[in-house]
Amino acid sequence: MSTAEFLGNKEYKYGFVTDIESDVIPRGLTEDTIHVISQKKNEPAWMLEFRLKAYRHWLTMTEPKHWPNLKYPTIDYQDIIYYSAPKQKPTLASLDEVDPELLKTFEKLGIPLTEQKQLAGVAVDAVFDSVSVATTYKEKLKKHGVIFCSFTEAIKDYPELIQKYLGSVVPTNDNFFAALNSAVFSDGSFCFIPKGVRCPMELSTYFRINNSESGQFERTLIVAEEGSHVSYLEGCTAPKFDKNQLHAAVVELIALDDAQIKYSTVQNWYAGDEEGRGGIYNFVTKRGKCAGRNSKISWTQVETGSAITWKYPSCILQGDNSIGEFYSVALTNHAQQADTGTKMIHLGKNTRSTIISKGIAAGRSNNSYRGLVKVMPKAENARNYTQCDSMLIGSSSGANTFPYIEVMNDSSSVEHEASTSKISEEQLFYLQQRGISSEDAVSLIINGFCKDVFLQLPMEFAVEATRLLGLKLEGSVG
Amino acid sequence: MLEIRNLHAAIDGNEILKGLDLTIKKGEVHAIMGPNGSGKSTLAKVLAGHPDYEVTAGEVLYEGRNLLDMAPDERAREGVFMAFQYPIEIPGVSNAQFLRLAYNEKQKHFGRDELDPLEFKDLLKERAKVVEMDASFMTRSVNEGFSGGEKKRNEILQMAVLEPKLAVLDETDSGLDIDALRVVAGGVNQLQGPENAIIVVTHYQRLLNYIVPDFVHVLANGRIVREGGKELALELEEKGYDWIVKADLQGSGAAAPAN
Ligand SMILES: Nc1ncnc2c1ncn2[C@@H]1O[C@H](COP(=O)(O)OP(=O)(O)O)[C@@H](O)[C@H]1O
Ligand SMILES: [Mg+2]
Repeated sequence: MSTAEFLGNKEYKYGFVTDIESDVIPRGLTEDTIHVISQKKNEPAWMLEFRLKAYRHWLTMTEPKHWPNLKYPTIDYQDIIYYSAPKQKPTLASLDEVDPELLKTFEKLGIPLTEQKQLAGVAVDAVFDSVSVATTYKEKLKKHGVIFCSFTEAIKDYPELIQKYLGSVVPTNDNFFAALNSAVFSDGSFCFIPKGVRCPMELSTYFRINNSESGQFERTLIVAEEGSHVSYLEGCTAPKFDKNQLHAAVVELIALDDAQIKYSTVQNWYAGDEEGRGGIYNFVTKRGKCAGRNSKISWTQVETGSAITWKYPSCILQGDNSIGEFYSVALTNHAQQADTGTKMIHLGKNTRSTIISKGIAAGRSNNSYRGLVKVMPKAENARNYTQCDSMLIGSSSGANTFPYIEVMNDSSSVEHEASTSKISEEQLFYLQQRGISSEDAVSLIINGFCKDVFLQLPMEFAVEATRLLGLKLEGSVG
Repeated sequence: MLEIRNLHAAIDGNEILKGLDLTIKKGEVHAIMGPNGSGKSTLAKVLAGHPDYEVTAGEVLYEGRNLLDMAPDERAREGVFMAFQYPIEIPGVSNAQFLRLAYNEKQKHFGRDELDPLEFKDLLKERAKVVEMDASFMTRSVNEGFSGGEKKRNEILQMAVLEPKLAVLDETDSGLDIDALRVVAGGVNQLQGPENAIIVVTHYQRLLNYIVPDFVHVLANGRIVREGGKELALELEEKGYDWIVKADLQGSGAAAPAN
């Protein structure tokens, strides 16, 4: 291939819009908006209080506009619709009663929801714009004591758990976007794995933005009690619109003693067109707390979409011997920008963290890894290993690595390795000489580059991620 | 099978091949010898379609088709194979994964069934015997951390898997100790038959004791300046290349074709 030509205009196959009647509130954000959202969801007073507190704090905050590597026009927060929900019967007796348009939409996205067609081994919470429209395998999971439901239901059915854990990892005033989310979030998923239970199936949430004017502000909360294990998957897509849309989610994970949470994301929000028109602004706060001894939280993310990605899935390693992991592949193309990484905060003794980041930048895109490893004075014998590799495709893309390391005791060790490489013409020619097309060759090289991360993904997700990178790279060679 | 007529090729504006002619028939083994920098690898890469080389004149017919019109991967699927003088590393991609993809591309091309990983594993195990390669090499990344000799062996393994019609082996002997040379050469001999042809590029005659050529061509000054049978290789071993190169420059060159 001529390396001057890359990732051509690959059709984004999830770019369709579902024609459905929606309950939409007027654009703009005031205290009234928050009252309206809370009312629509029949929320208890404490929930409204939580929102208002967050909102009032948000008003005092300024949008962090000083990131050196992200450039975008000012977001007008009064021009966003904060609640958009497809109209359907308030209570559904079975999943087969979900609006056929919605079922069709999710089926088209590869997420069949009806009883007969449900994915085996994976429970799905399907979120459409502001609300969860269906959750599969709820009853089956309940038999094992596992709670998996929409956030709206969780507030209604499990108020003590929500009050105990909501905001316990990401406080309402944590950052500008987290505060905004805390004020206006409309739905999301709640998972609770009781003591000693290994969740019998993968849990997943599929997020779909449909309305061109709305933002999506969802909330995920996963609590793993002592000795429990859970693997959770998150997927997302959106139609193609010329206007940028805001997605500001908050994800909180809590792992008690000996618990393990594995959180995997394949993010494929609409990325905008080749000129950089449209696409999702993905400003997300994801944080896990290893609250208990010997607990483990592992983040794996494959970021391929969004016009701008700003996210740092992090671990607070509070319990002694707890483990935090971050495995990331971020692919950017055309005018996409990604500033992503992690924070590993070592508080407990013998805590360990591993960071493996693979950034791939093509087109005119910009791809930065930004990561903090902080070892507090009491975190004796803490260990961190960080490896950040970047791959540039073509000569107009950029990759940066910004490691921040703070170690406050002598017994700990932090190791950081970084590399930048290019797909060489010689590699491509070698593969082509064996009969492999140039597109497949690029795909193969990229997948090899990402191997250490893909190995962490659940099997079906790894296949999906491999396919997705292949698609994003299609047309990349001349 | 292959007919090269008046081939001129350049890299970065420097003409390296200046009117090369070569004819190869099914079942034949040809050796191309010549001093360092004479353009042997250039010829191999032009045949394989390396994008850095520009063909400025001449033609190459492969099984009656214009080879130069075909993309590198198409040439490969049609049976042109080049064993690289310097094999390339592909980090993170296992040898088995890479070979299966290459194998299946060819199967697809000819409308034959593709093999799943398990089926392919059996085939690979069988073919690996040709070069006495250990199974542990199949799960390792392509050429990564391989010794020079292991890389060369891996090239011939690929040849064994892909069963090319025309194989161009570029300095496959360099980096091999004598035992490995024997194994690799033995492998190549097993793969040679009446339906295919091999071009062995080397500047030592040593390899030709094991892979015995039907014809030996000397490449110098961008052309084939002398041709002969296997005894020409022995003569070159003894006398070096200088005398041929000089004779050619003085215009008395180009010996009568051997065939
Ligand atoms: N990029 C390049 N620009 C100019 N000359 C080159 C380039 N690459 C190779 N060459 C020259 O081409 C000639 C032939 O090289 P090569 O085909 O590798 O020779 P051989 O394989 O016979 O040793 C050499 O003189 C080499 O220096
Ligand atoms: Mg050479």
